[in-house]
Amino acid sequence: MTVETFSGAERILEPSAGALLRRRVFGHAGFMIGAAIILAILAAALLAPWLAPHDPYAQDLTRRLVPPVWDAKGSWLDPLGTDQLGRDYLSRLLFGARISLLIGFSAALISGLIGTGLGLCAGYFGGRVDMVASFVVTTRLAMPVVLVALAVVALAGGSLHIVVAVLGLLLWDRFAVVTRAATHQVRQLDYVAAARATGCSTARIILAEILPNIMNALIVIATIEMANAILLDAALSFLGLGVQPPLPDWGLMVAEGKEYMFFSPWVIAIPGLALFTLVLAINLVGDGLRDLAAPENRN
Amino acid sequence: MIGEPILEVEGLDVVIPLLAGTLRPVRDLAFAVARGETFCIVGESGCGKSLTALALMNLLPRRARRSARRLRFAGTDLARLDERRMADLRGDRIAMIFQEPMTALNPAYTIGNQLEEAMLRHRRVSRAEARDRAIFLLEKVGITAASSRLRQYPHQLSGGLRQRVMIAMALMCGPELIIADEPTTALDVTIQAQILHLLAALQREFRMAVILITHDLGIVARVADRVAVMYAGQIVETGAVADIFARPMHPYTQGLLRCIPVPGRTRRGAHLGSIPGLVPSLMGELAGCGFRNRCVYASPPCAAGGIGLVPLSPQRAYRCLLPPRECAANAAAAAAP
Repeated sequence: MTVETFSGAERILEPSAGALLRRRVFGHAGFMIGAAIILAILAAALLAPWLAPHDPYAQDLTRRLVPPVWDAKGSWLDPLGTDQLGRDYLSRLLFGARISLLIGFSAALISGLIGTGLGLCAGYFGGRVDMVASFVVTTRLAMPVVLVALAVVALAGGSLHIVVAVLGLLLWDRFAVVTRAATHQVRQLDYVAAARATGCSTARIILAEILPNIMNALIVIATIEMANAILLDAALSFLGLGVQPPLPDWGLMVAEGKEYMFFSPWVIAIPGLALFTLVLAINLVGDGLRDLAAPENRN
Repeated sequence: MIGEPILEVEGLDVVIPLLAGTLRPVRDLAFAVARGETFCIVGESGCGKSLTALALMNLLPRRARRSARRLRFAGTDLARLDERRMADLRGDRIAMIFQEPMTALNPAYTIGNQLEEAMLRHRRVSRAEARDRAIFLLEKVGITAASSRLRQYPHQLSGGLRQRVMIAMALMCGPELIIADEPTTALDVTIQAQILHLLAALQREFRMAVILITHDLGIVARVADRVAVMYAGQIVETGAVADIFARPMHPYTQGLLRCIPVPGRTRRGAHLGSIPGLVPSLMGELAGCGFRNRCVYASPPCAAGGIGLVPLSPQRAYRCLLPPRECAANAAAAAAP
């Protein structure tokens, strides 16, 4: 058989996909800054038992509200000072990072599973399934998150599990809406029809053909929801209905410090700054991922 | 048609119930395709050719319904097959090539992965064997450096290359029938010629039946063995390609042929033919001939009742009230400058 062959280089002379991706990732300043901060906080959380100078629960009533080391009255014994019960603030901050990351990650994971599942079904099957799913989403949107969370936590009691469950079960709306729209768009493309024409099952089409193509959007939503969950947890803790003392939670630390804020401002500033930094870093990474995944930035 | 038919279709209907009434985009279609034969379905946009292809594969949009008196593929009754069996057949013994090579490959996977999956789904082979088959077929469709191409993503390939990959993908399981729905429409003319040439060569080599759906009579003239001209959901004329081009019987076919410029015969600056008017609504039953509003030979009887296919020979038929002699005379008059 003679067929005109495509006249091209015998070997393909271009950087590999991995190299191109690396170049794009390292060239994105916002993403790199955010990722560096998140990695640092993650490392601090994981290595807290080794990094912390003291036991975060150990009270020393003789050394209450000691200012941080940069203050004239501070000392290296407690680098970030102590709180109203004389607990070392740096240790509590490090252990608190674990709680914040855990809540952010678990809540985003739970809500991601719920929202993505719902959105995929609604977008792929359309019709009645879509109507039911959209109704459920609308119902969820009609509920004020903070009020519902407050009510549930007030009834069921505040604990880490309850806070994670409540946030996970409340924050899936954005996942559902975005997944539904993206699925709807992708399912009309020829490669989905082509997959059916090669004998794929519906489950395979949804999970192996459509899902990888909407993953970009989902990862960005996941970062937003993670930041959202961390802030909501801090809000709930501040209101006294989230994680309960003596757990070292950043929101709780702000709440506990608010009475001393005029005389010892660092007790509220330090955990507040930590929260701000973590949420900013997560948002920077989310923005960066969106930029990196956008088709116009690909080669 | 030479040899035993691999696909026989009789009385194929597609109906789409809508609020405003019932849309009938494919009406009472009948044709047969033999092994090793290229059968073209030609017609303008909206005449039902793509829906015919989807109906054969049972891949119609959700609301559309298909019915057929006879729908046999290599001895299997496709109309009675459940969805699971049909899915086993798709991509294995019947493959499809889509119109848009730019969107018909999944951007999330390498082409190697997609080619291998097409085979792994139907055959008990190892990934390495599927990979070997993929490399073999990529070389067959004229892609050099096949083994390094396997690692590339669709967005790294040009349209022509992607369509070659699509063809290789359709061939992975060695299908007996390929349905190609306007496979070259999205490509530029030089690539178009290459792809058609390639399809024809592969068809001869693997002795496949090909159903080629197109609106381009130039393509029909180049590759088809037999043609069915579709208009408003019906076949208005069918026959061997040389015969149809030499002696078009139906006024619509004659009109279509007048629209193609012929080098040497069409004078520079002269008007090309065109067919005035629009396709009739496909809602409900057609009363009389669907083409009569655009037909220069239309007469009152054309508006009444259904118009059957008039057989001229076992392979040749047309759907018009005019007797064959008049049709031939019309064709001759139209061809004269």
